[in-house]
Amino acid sequence: MTLVFLILAAITILGLGAAMSLRNPVHCVVGLTIGFLGLAALYLQLGAQFVGLTQVLVYVGAVAILIIFAIMMMRSSESPEQQPYSRSWRVGVAIAFAVYCVLGWAVHFGAHTLPTQAATPELSVQQIGDALLHRFVLPLEIIAVLLTAALIGAGVLALQDPAGEVRGPR
Amino acid sequence: MIVFSASGAERADQIFVLTKYWLMGYVPTAVQPLASAVLSVVPILLVFPLIFAITTLLERKGLGRIQNRYGPNRVGPWGLLQPMADGLKSLTKEDIVPDSADKWVHLCAPLLLVVASFLAYAVLPIGRNMVVANLSAGVLFFFAIGALVEVAIFMAGWSSRSKYSLLGAMRAIAQMVSYETPLVLAGLVAVMATGSLSTVAIVEAQAQYTGIFPHWFVFTPWGFAGFVLFMIAATAESNRSPFDLPEGESEIIAGYYIEYSGFKFALFFLGEYLGMFATSGMAITLFLGGWSAPFSFLTWVPSYLWFFIKLLAITCGFIWVRGTLPRLRMDQLMHFAWKFMLPMTLLNIFVAAAWKFLPAGIVRWFGCAIFLAIAFVLLTRGLKRRGEFRARQYRFAE
Amino acid sequence: MTPLTSYLLLSAFLFSIGLAGALSRRSSIMVLIGIEIMLNAANLNFIAFWRFGPAPTALTGVMFTIFSIAVAAAEAAVGLSIILAVYRRTRSTDLEPTEAPHR
Repeated sequence: MTLVFLILAAITILGLGAAMSLRNPVHCVVGLTIGFLGLAALYLQLGAQFVGLTQVLVYVGAVAILIIFAIMMMRSSESPEQQPYSRSWRVGVAIAFAVYCVLGWAVHFGAHTLPTQAATPELSVQQIGDALLHRFVLPLEIIAVLLTAALIGAGVLALQDPAGEVRGPR
Repeated sequence: MIVFSASGAERADQIFVLTKYWLMGYVPTAVQPLASAVLSVVPILLVFPLIFAITTLLERKGLGRIQNRYGPNRVGPWGLLQPMADGLKSLTKEDIVPDSADKWVHLCAPLLLVVASFLAYAVLPIGRNMVVANLSAGVLFFFAIGALVEVAIFMAGWSSRSKYSLLGAMRAIAQMVSYETPLVLAGLVAVMATGSLSTVAIVEAQAQYTGIFPHWFVFTPWGFAGFVLFMIAATAESNRSPFDLPEGESEIIAGYYIEYSGFKFALFFLGEYLGMFATSGMAITLFLGGWSAPFSFLTWVPSYLWFFIKLLAITCGFIWVRGTLPRLRMDQLMHFAWKFMLPMTLLNIFVAAAWKFLPAGIVRWFGCAIFLAIAFVLLTRGLKRRGEFRARQYRFAE
Repeated sequence: MTPLTSYLLLSAFLFSIGLAGALSRRSSIMVLIGIEIMLNAANLNFIAFWRFGPAPTALTGVMFTIFSIAVAAAEAAVGLSIILAVYRRTRSTDLEPTEAPHR
């Protein structure tokens, strides 16, 4: 529980907590970005350099921007929502709290069985490349097909004009 | 202990490294990591804003000469004190924040932009042994930081709560996201040729000489194509002309930073130019051999001087392109990115892979060059739109 | 508390934050954000176990995280385009409309 871990954990919790509780969707996305950056810093602290940088590149650079575009296109940022929370939000929070209790109990009571390796493992990008093309080549190809399908599917879904007519100002 | 018996040229080359070690000798051991970090970072914070100031003047005078007029020549001899006048003006102007603007996001956007732009310099090797952080995934770090800039631009555009700024921000993000893929793919060929994502390793692979010629990647067919594609994508990523529709002064006044004034506007300006220098620096590292000399008999010139000479040459290229080419329209811009740049960079990767596996010699030179030339011709001819004029269709979410 | 348990508790907390948001927010985009947070918490779990686990040279945790990031990006894209298509129909992203849909 070093100081660096505490600071990064605080940044991440604040960012992601803000992402889920603020009223304005754009503020939520800014909080989400801060949370993602905090998580990337945690990955870097754990010694997984490639994963941390990929997290910034993909999540901050693509997913957050995607959500921003979606919020902009659906005009939900212009008027902040009157009621951002659903009618049964207390049940939702209670369920989440229950899940946290279960997970925390599992971690706490299983703590003595957990491994405690001390030295940071050396991870070069070369090893990741080797693993991707030798041991994990099938998941790699499946991911490629999945991403292509997602690209085509998202494009088709977003391009369709309902009832085939062209909307918009003339 | 550093042995000071090196030759004069080596000492001039390593003068900053030696100075840093000499200064570190005076720092108590407990504080040494912090002092080392500070001593590495402070020169970057001093040198690159200075180059920014010089470039603003160079650009205005260069553009002026291209447009058959003098640039600024009132302040100081030949206008040399113009950057100081600009700096004083931006510092003393009133900081106007619109009433309906989102104050915190409005404030944080230029800060995030400048921080992200400065972060990118951490992996550029400015000279031999002169890199702030020798990350083993340096190239990936650079492109990840570029993604942060997009978020900052969106924050700036949205927080101003103005139609022009929001429109400019959306255009800017669409453009930057579209050109990010060709940028990464164009830079990937250098990584493939070296076998490492570390910028230091890429430069050292190019610092070898056969005869008097260096092994710069730009002198290979795929390297030349990669360099040209990288520079085009870099121009688009920095929102510079001819890709400056999001901030074109004649179009949308200032796009996403229309509501900023005074120091925050200067920060945006600084961030944009710093991004331009960082991407040029990455192009120099990946394709132009970083700090290595162009001929083997010129290696006595210090390595950092070569880096800055190449940076100056690329900056002059940027200014030249800005003064010469007209602005691209938004749909032309997107068309160019997705239908030309992306296939071209993918084919370039294929050619670079073929280069690695063909035996060295004249055959692979011609084979790769001809393949790239044919691909270029086919893509440009095949994508030329027929000259029909139709009513433009708009697509919105409703 | 060993470092591993602190990382696991942090990831459990982030997971529950994401779950709370996904279950109690009204807008479908916010639910998607909650799902992304949950996926990130799981990724943190994987990396923590890779770092402190018995066989870090097998790279299983790192590989799983890389694939999870790719899948999450694809899922965000498709999810948002579905939300966009539904928005075109019903002109709202509200998951709890106060009146019955009249289409």
